[in-house]
Amino acid sequence: MAIAAVLVAALAACGSDDDDGSSSGSTNTAPQLSGAIAVDGSSTVGPLTSVAADLFKEDNPNVDVTVGVSGTGGGFEKFCNGETDISDASRPIEDDEKAACESKGITYAELQVATDALTIVVNKENDWAQCLTVDQLKKMWEPAAEGKITNWNQVDPSFPDEKLELFGPGTDSGTFDYFTAEINGEEGASRTDYSPSEDDNVTVQGVTGTKGGLGYFGFSYFEENQDTLTAVQVDSGNGCVAPSAETAQDGSYAPLSRPLFIYPKKESLTQPQVLGFLEFYVANIDDIVSEAAFIPLNDEQKAKLQSDFDTLKSAS
Amino acid sequence: MASVTGESVRGTARRSLGRTRPRYGELIIKVLLFLAAGLSVATTLAIVASLIPPTVEFFQRVSPIEFFTGTDWTALFKNPKYGVLPLVAGTLIITGVAVLIAVPLGLGTAIYLSEYAHPRVRAFFKPILEVLAGIPTVVYGFFALVAITPILQDYLPWDVDIYNGFAAAFVMGIMIIPTVASLSEDAMSAVPHSLRDGAYALGSSRMIVSVRVVVPAALSGIVAAVILAISRAIGETMIVAIAAGNRPNWGWNPFEQMATMTAYIAGAGQGDLPTGSFEYKTIFAVGALLFTMTFVMNLISIRLVRKYREVYE
Amino acid sequence: MSADAAVIRAAVTRRLEGTGRPLRERLFHVLLVTCLVVAVLFLVVLLAYVLAKGWDRLDSRLWTEQPTARVRRVDQSGVQSAIFGTIWVISLTALFCMPVGIAAAIYLEEYARPELWVNRLIELNIQNLAAVPSIVYGILALGFIARGPLGLGFTVLTAAITLSLLVLPIVIIASREAIRAVPNSIRDGSLALGATRWQTVRRQVLPSAVPGIATGSILALSRAIGEAAPLLLIGAAGFIAFNPDGLDSRFTVLPIQIFNFVRLPQAAFHTLAWAAIVILLAILLVMNSLAIYIRNHYQQRW
Repeated sequence: MAIAAVLVAALAACGSDDDDGSSSGSTNTAPQLSGAIAVDGSSTVGPLTSVAADLFKEDNPNVDVTVGVSGTGGGFEKFCNGETDISDASRPIEDDEKAACESKGITYAELQVATDALTIVVNKENDWAQCLTVDQLKKMWEPAAEGKITNWNQVDPSFPDEKLELFGPGTDSGTFDYFTAEINGEEGASRTDYSPSEDDNVTVQGVTGTKGGLGYFGFSYFEENQDTLTAVQVDSGNGCVAPSAETAQDGSYAPLSRPLFIYPKKESLTQPQVLGFLEFYVANIDDIVSEAAFIPLNDEQKAKLQSDFDTLKSAS
Repeated sequence: MASVTGESVRGTARRSLGRTRPRYGELIIKVLLFLAAGLSVATTLAIVASLIPPTVEFFQRVSPIEFFTGTDWTALFKNPKYGVLPLVAGTLIITGVAVLIAVPLGLGTAIYLSEYAHPRVRAFFKPILEVLAGIPTVVYGFFALVAITPILQDYLPWDVDIYNGFAAAFVMGIMIIPTVASLSEDAMSAVPHSLRDGAYALGSSRMIVSVRVVVPAALSGIVAAVILAISRAIGETMIVAIAAGNRPNWGWNPFEQMATMTAYIAGAGQGDLPTGSFEYKTIFAVGALLFTMTFVMNLISIRLVRKYREVYE
Repeated sequence: MSADAAVIRAAVTRRLEGTGRPLRERLFHVLLVTCLVVAVLFLVVLLAYVLAKGWDRLDSRLWTEQPTARVRRVDQSGVQSAIFGTIWVISLTALFCMPVGIAAAIYLEEYARPELWVNRLIELNIQNLAAVPSIVYGILALGFIARGPLGLGFTVLTAAITLSLLVLPIVIIASREAIRAVPNSIRDGSLALGATRWQTVRRQVLPSAVPGIATGSILALSRAIGEAAPLLLIGAAGFIAFNPDGLDSRFTVLPIQIFNFVRLPQAAFHTLAWAAIVILLAILLVMNSLAIYIRNHYQQRW
């Protein structure tokens, strides 16, 4: 106990990069940390980081954390401009963003903090498409389908004669990027004649109100609307797998399990409040994910998170 | 009656009435005021300066013919097409319907409050109407999506998409009623009573006085109000994004899904696009087109007002 | 002229007016009243809609508690940081845009010679700026105010300047119309008595123009209080649990908080968002009431 207190005091006093063994829980951190932490990025990961900030604030009321939701790209732009300490991201950092960071001398690490299961949903009255293969999804969504695949029976002859109405996120969404990359083979490659929306709740509305509707969004949006929507099982060659926390964690829900990241800035770790926050984030990741209703990491991923973070801390 | 020449004759007369020995305080004040007005010029210059380089780069890659005559706008997809017509159509349809709703209702309300209503009625209802202008656009958007669209779908005999331009335009019209009504009402209230009294003394009825005397006298203010309302409608993004959908649609049916120029700009500007990319430049190209269109609209309106404005004193 | 004098005048005018064609007159009157009724009806429906959706979360926690993203704690959540942020940003915006807007309007109407092309250009400019979508102001502010030459960062001050630029055209146009509507005989009389241009403006023209200027300010600030898009671009936070404590403070505003909550999957956040909308409307009403009081106090009819 005394050793932990001394370690924490040392952390607060000189903000060194020493290994710390006191990351035991969300209580008992000495409340001398103060200062500001700036986070920005994906609106998917934003709620997770802000829950972390919330919990952190309970023991460190003098630390002011601001979490922006400018989008993954907007977040990286500010991050590589030196304006934020941590970047939230629903996709890995891209090459030109990497170059921008390098040119400003900003180093970072990619830490996976949670998983998301991109869920395909159909109307409750849809009893024919309980399971779809990746090929069928591609047939529905690829650019070549534009104007041509407008009926369910075109996707598979055994499906009834029902108009196919597609809903999904807009082109500037990380969800769109990931879905098109995994299903259509290329990021951004999609038919353009579907109903896009910035707000996934609106997609929920759309599919709920259309018998032949199909849409896709993050798992938590399905969780909230389980009684009005059906989640489609996805068959990527190994049988039909339904999206759930378990199948996302063990990777069997493929290819639509996507990792969610935070990118902490190495240079910010010299500030004790930033270091303290990140320590807290990593150590309490299970609590944080549970409070935010996200899908948690499995043990292997958690170990990797800790080791990646340790590497960042000790890197020079 | 009086025209621009009349105004400058006035100006000269006024200047000769004023003090002839210059007061430096006056000069300072004039400079300060000029700077304030100049701020708007600075803003426009900044906007134009930011718009031109990316637009030029955009047109180096995309032919103006494709831009101005193409009917497919899929700029952010993998095989992009850059025909801006669907966005223009969306803007025109939604703004048009909104204005068709707001101007009659707004003007009617303004005439009533200014010419017919008891002064205490006016004092009560004017601020109430102004609340409409302050309701957040998110509210209007969701109201259009979950309340107006179902009504349209149930009661209209033709197909109404779940996202459609009409619902968005309808609530937008409601939103801009106060702009038309309140500013027009101010303009009408400011018309000197001597004009009305003269007309009444000649035996005119209230309707005739309102429509034939007061409205023309207040025309400058009324046109300003309408233009301001149109500008607000053109620049609105949130309502369209929520209720009209985001799919550019080349067609003139307001009951289909559509996207406007501003909704595209807002969506693309707020998203994940890296700021140096070509896709980001499309924002500036569309923005430049919008800026030019409103510029022409305002030029015409100023000419019109200058030509028809009646100055009675 | 006070309200009583206005009542007397109305009564006298009614005696004066001719009868015209009674049926047409009647119809016209009914038509006009219908317009007002329809507009007010829309307002009532919208307000009822908002209240109904936010009713379950309308309690004092909204302003005593900070927001949280923790799903199980939504019932304890408030929107205090957004409320204070909105008050800070709107107050500063009013402080900037009103003096500058009125000053610009005075210049254009009183001092500028309309034959000069420079002045016509300014007039055209201002009108055009009213149609520029708000996000463009955000992009502009990011490049010139938050970063760039002014370099003020993602702060309350930047937000106020951005919003001021956005609504300045509304203030200028409305103020100009108000000033324009003051009869010239007033000005001529003042000048004939030996007053300077500025004295005339300050003591004769402006007091008469206050009602129109007040209307312009109401419409302008109503617009500003509901804006989210440009502020998002200049770094208004999505989640923030502290109130602004200075001009250089990070912040968030109610529309952004609302927009965020509405996009989350859990329904409890949506209800919270609607309750926050009610709070926003309440702040708007207080703000408007002040302006309306001023407007009524200075109301004059010629």
